[in-house]
Amino acid sequence: MTLSAADLTAVWLTIKLAAIVTALLLVIGTPIAWWLARTRSPLKGPVGAVVALPLVLPPTVLGFYLLLAMGPHGPIGRMTQAMGLGTLPFTFWGLVVASTFYSLPFVVQPLQNAFEAFGDRPLEAAATLGAAPLDAFFSVALPLARPGYLTAAVLGFAHTVGEFGVVLMIGGDIPGQTRVVSVLIYDHVEATEYAQANWLAASMVVFSFLVLLVMYVWAPNKKRGG
Amino acid sequence: MKTLNTKTLKLFALIGLSLAGGLAQAAEVQVAVAANFAEPMKVIAAKFEQATGDKVAVSLGSTGKFYAQIKNGAPYDVMLSADAETPAKLVREGYAVPGSQFTYSIGKLVLWSPKPRYVDDGGAVLKKGDFRHLAVANPKLAPYGEAAMETLAKLDVLSQIKPKLVQGENIAQTYQFVASGNADLGFVALSQVYEDGKIMSGSAWIVPAALYSPIRQDAVLLAKGKGNPAAAALLDFLKGPQARAVIRDYGYAL
Repeated sequence: MTLSAADLTAVWLTIKLAAIVTALLLVIGTPIAWWLARTRSPLKGPVGAVVALPLVLPPTVLGFYLLLAMGPHGPIGRMTQAMGLGTLPFTFWGLVVASTFYSLPFVVQPLQNAFEAFGDRPLEAAATLGAAPLDAFFSVALPLARPGYLTAAVLGFAHTVGEFGVVLMIGGDIPGQTRVVSVLIYDHVEATEYAQANWLAASMVVFSFLVLLVMYVWAPNKKRGG
Repeated sequence: MKTLNTKTLKLFALIGLSLAGGLAQAAEVQVAVAANFAEPMKVIAAKFEQATGDKVAVSLGSTGKFYAQIKNGAPYDVMLSADAETPAKLVREGYAVPGSQFTYSIGKLVLWSPKPRYVDDGGAVLKKGDFRHLAVANPKLAPYGEAAMETLAKLDVLSQIKPKLVQGENIAQTYQFVASGNADLGFVALSQVYEDGKIMSGSAWIVPAALYSPIRQDAVLLAKGKGNPAAAALLDFLKGPQARAVIRDYGYAL
């Protein structure tokens, strides 16, 4: 016995979801992490805490609030309906939005650490040499923060793949739309299809191990080199 | 110790004694209860505790999850399943006591929407199909989901409605999808929207029993609860008139 067609659909969907969410998070996370690393504003604490909330909240809490907020009577739902997009729960893009919230700290925090690690010196040097702030960011800060970006991308991707509670709450278990691997494993277990559950679950274990292996073996060397 | 006078000491001794006495008398029974039976079980457990002094610890979940957990050593004494098949399987595999299985209720399926006057008595709204999402429980996992699919097939609307289906992993989540307005309507358990002999809110169609196979819900004494008198007492209580009245109040057949 191997993976069935339904299993493969779920695997592909999960990879697609994680890839889109990771790309989005790197774009959204960069300015947030940059601001958190550089600012002396009293808002640094509160903003940092809000970003870190998904680390401590149970996914069911986040999923429940997102279901209400994105529903037809919630603030996000009203907005998306007014824009003619309908409501987000039970859609692939609903999962993208939810996962972006959920995985935010896993991307912002490594980036923030990376930006904080090299301090103000390189940017001051760039400014002295006549680089505009944006130029200095792209030609000095970004290359210096590369190990941070690697960690952020790997963690963001892996955490989205491993997400379960939020997807269960707002997904509606639709094949090819919202039925990701973690939910399908749950379905298999609930239906007492243990052999199928085993195949998928073992694949997840191998995948997670490889991801962490890459991070632990490769990323620190990069950092030392940089 | 000087600060403690004899009166206080006596009081502590009394509390200690009564606690020990309480422990010796009141037994506790741990029950795994299918999600659709959550509401009536709350009432029945309270009545049972009042009548016997025993304690009931209720765990809510789906039948499939309980099956896996019981096979792997979950500490439940009694299971109130959402089907008849799982208790039978547990008996066959030696995880439940042979001869203890009985039907405690027969579930009724209802098509429900929180919107008033939306669901008509007869289910014509299904043929009209002017909705975005219809919620059902996962038919592979929940008997109410299976009954919903059977009903849609019998009404000959399954293929046209299929793209609009969203699935809850159990009947409680299915209800949540509809109650929050994310699905316009859904097939849920009558017990979830019914109290004191009437639908509590919104609009509903109680699906005629001819459209789906009966949802027989069985209880069983698990191997772990074999020597527990409170477990046996709870099962007896479920068969008694007090519990049966509650079960009927929530819209189950018996």
